[in-house]
Amino acid sequence: MPKRLALAAAVTLLALPFSVAASAADGSAPTATKVAAEAKPYKVEGGKVDPGTYNGYRRYGESCMRCHGPDGAGSSYAPDLTDSLKHMDYDTFAETVINGRKNVNTANNNVMPSFGTTEDVANYLDDIYGYLKARSDGAIGRGRPQRIGD
Amino acid sequence: MKQRKKVLLSWTALVAASLLSSHPSLANDELTKASKDPKQWVMQAGDYANQRYSSLKQITTANVKELRPVWTFSTGVLRGHEGGPLVVGDVMYVHTPFPNVVYALDLNNQGRILWKYEPKQDPTVIPVMCCDTVNRGVAYGDGKIILNQADANVVALDAKTGKELWKVANGDPKKGETMTGAPVIVKDKVLVGISGGEFGVQGRMTAYNLKDGSVAWKAYSVGPDDQILVDPQKTTSLGKPIGANSSLSTWQGDQWKTGGGATWGWTSYDPQLNLIYYGSGNPSTWNPKQRPGDNKWSMTIFARDADTGMAKWVYQMTPHDEWDYDGVNEMILADIKVKGTPVKALVHFDRNGFAYTMNRETGELLVAEKYDPAVNWATHVDMKTGRPEVVAQYSTDKNGEDHNTKGVCPAALGSKDQQPASYSPDTGLFYVPTNHVCMDYEPFKVSYTAGQPYVGATLSMFPPKGENHLGNFIAWDASTGKIVWSDKETFSVWSGALTTAGGVAFYGTLEGYLKAVDMKTGKELYKFKTPSGIIGNVTTYEHGGKQYIAVLSGVGGWAGIGMAAGLGGDTDGLGAVGAYKQLANYTQLGGVLTVFALP
Ligand code: HEC
Repeated sequence: MPKRLALAAAVTLLALPFSVAASAADGSAPTATKVAAEAKPYKVEGGKVDPGTYNGYRRYGESCMRCHGPDGAGSSYAPDLTDSLKHMDYDTFAETVINGRKNVNTANNNVMPSFGTTEDVANYLDDIYGYLKARSDGAIGRGRPQRIGD
Repeated sequence: MKQRKKVLLSWTALVAASLLSSHPSLANDELTKASKDPKQWVMQAGDYANQRYSSLKQITTANVKELRPVWTFSTGVLRGHEGGPLVVGDVMYVHTPFPNVVYALDLNNQGRILWKYEPKQDPTVIPVMCCDTVNRGVAYGDGKIILNQADANVVALDAKTGKELWKVANGDPKKGETMTGAPVIVKDKVLVGISGGEFGVQGRMTAYNLKDGSVAWKAYSVGPDDQILVDPQKTTSLGKPIGANSSLSTWQGDQWKTGGGATWGWTSYDPQLNLIYYGSGNPSTWNPKQRPGDNKWSMTIFARDADTGMAKWVYQMTPHDEWDYDGVNEMILADIKVKGTPVKALVHFDRNGFAYTMNRETGELLVAEKYDPAVNWATHVDMKTGRPEVVAQYSTDKNGEDHNTKGVCPAALGSKDQQPASYSPDTGLFYVPTNHVCMDYEPFKVSYTAGQPYVGATLSMFPPKGENHLGNFIAWDASTGKIVWSDKETFSVWSGALTTAGGVAFYGTLEGYLKAVDMKTGKELYKFKTPSGIIGNVTTYEHGGKQYIAVLSGVGGWAGIGMAAGLGGDTDGLGAVGAYKQLANYTQLGGVLTVFALP
């Protein structure tokens, strides 16, 4: 059972997906249109990514890679997120990252930490999501993506 | 090494000895003796010298092909299983990753469980462990089993009953302080390190009194002289006094307080010199731009007095680290000839790709050579200053923040990580499990928050250009600094090696094979696929007149993160198609001890 932390940060983020969080490096207008069903949360041009997606790659490396493996591809004990995001919507993603999840019993010792109070994650949740979604969609490959204008 | 066979201590004799051992040297004598009895395996590294060599020789190059598993034991935990079992008398002690269960198994009764101890730990410690929830094993001494728990508690158990005798907190997981390393018992003390280099801890080695868990001494890796236990005049580095404030003067402001230098590796001990040896890990953060200076004494070999903790000598291998080349790998003590002269040597295969041969009495540097030809970040080590000659192209500090430094070899996991090598006095050679992996590394600015990762670099890893194997198992001559033979492995070899008087060396592979090779030639003589990938260390013992080989399977650790889904990274670094091989296609999680013997 995920422990629901009634953290102020978490509530704000969940209530206003994309508005608080997307103040990210790209400075692009964080509007509700981005959430529209078909809209892509990343931009890839000629194999290169927008600053937000690049920032997501970096934040992923800082906070998630040590469990979910390089490039979101999974490890021996944490799921392959490029696969997760094929089925998981943004809200569930954000909920999981902010509140965390525990699966601890006789057979499992899996803990997804809660990042609700970790600024480097909570502030850039959209970027991380955008990067992982781009990986999940196959829009970018493995390794460090090139930035548009690199 | 035939003399080793003479000491045959029975279980009752051990217990009797331990009851008498209120005198410090007795506890020590008991362990020293038992470690020389090849029938037992009483410390993780086999003996105080960390040689992982056994004089047992029933299993030989001629008959090893007939080896077969004779019994197995499931630990009930599915995560990375590092370290290995201990054998004390007729009892085998097996540990697990988090939740750190300890089992005492009766070797007279097909591994029947004599007792089981499972600590209650808050699972919130799991996410502050850097790389999986590994544990490198328990220690035995004075009738006690010592366990380093993930949540930084050190526990002493009654070896006969599993009853908790004492428990002390060696750190605070809320600050990212956890434990993965094995304790080591020296005389009347337990030596315990700390993990958390990725969380900005202030690394230290602590000696607890075996009797009651009270602190005997504590020596930090970084900080003021009184905290790092040095004498500015008497403590030397390459023969010269280190002077006052040797650590403080190499950090900007207060940065040493979150400076890292974690001590999560192995500790060895020379009873004659009364010195303990261990290494310190990376300075925090991984972004070198943020912490100007040499960042002493991170990435350092320490020789300390076992009674007082005072440092006799220190040697920093990688000043101002720019690649995460932790210096924690084991220090193997061996009396060998170096360029014709007999020396009390310390041989260390560092993450940075250089193998160091030092005089362990004086700290003099004798040999420093690359033990993987792929190593490119430095051309050589200057034998006068002891400093590596860094290649500008691979300096992540020179290239700076937000710049991707490409093709650095080795990768952050090093040419070898903690998986311990072995020394055979029969051949005079070292047998080393290695990684053959390179990386791109891009540092960026981070801020420190207690209990949060303090990393500040992204990296991707891949095999050296034009190659498609990720590991080697090598034989090394520490006198000349040369590879004698090298066996290719598909994946990094993440399992500790064992050498034996039967002429056979053993190690495990990430796919799950236990392998036996001829120590003279490296020729593969036997392999068996165990239930999961092996990152544990191979152990041997004798029971009822028969020699056994034992190893834990259970893929995980850094290897489980980096390789489960195959390595990514720069495609031009990938030679053949094979380089993308995914470990997940070979093996899955497990937690099983497999014991082998001849028919
Ligand atoms: C300490 C290890 C750890 C870290 C760090 C970590 N995770 Fe997780 N994560 C897990 C584990 C373990 C699970 C699976 C939990 C379970 O079994 O319920 C998980 C599950 C998830 C899931 C749900 C996947 C699914 O298919 O249901 C998402 C999404 C996720 N993590 C995203 C992230 C992101 C984004 C980060 C970085 C900000 C991150 N994680 C950091 C360990 C970790």
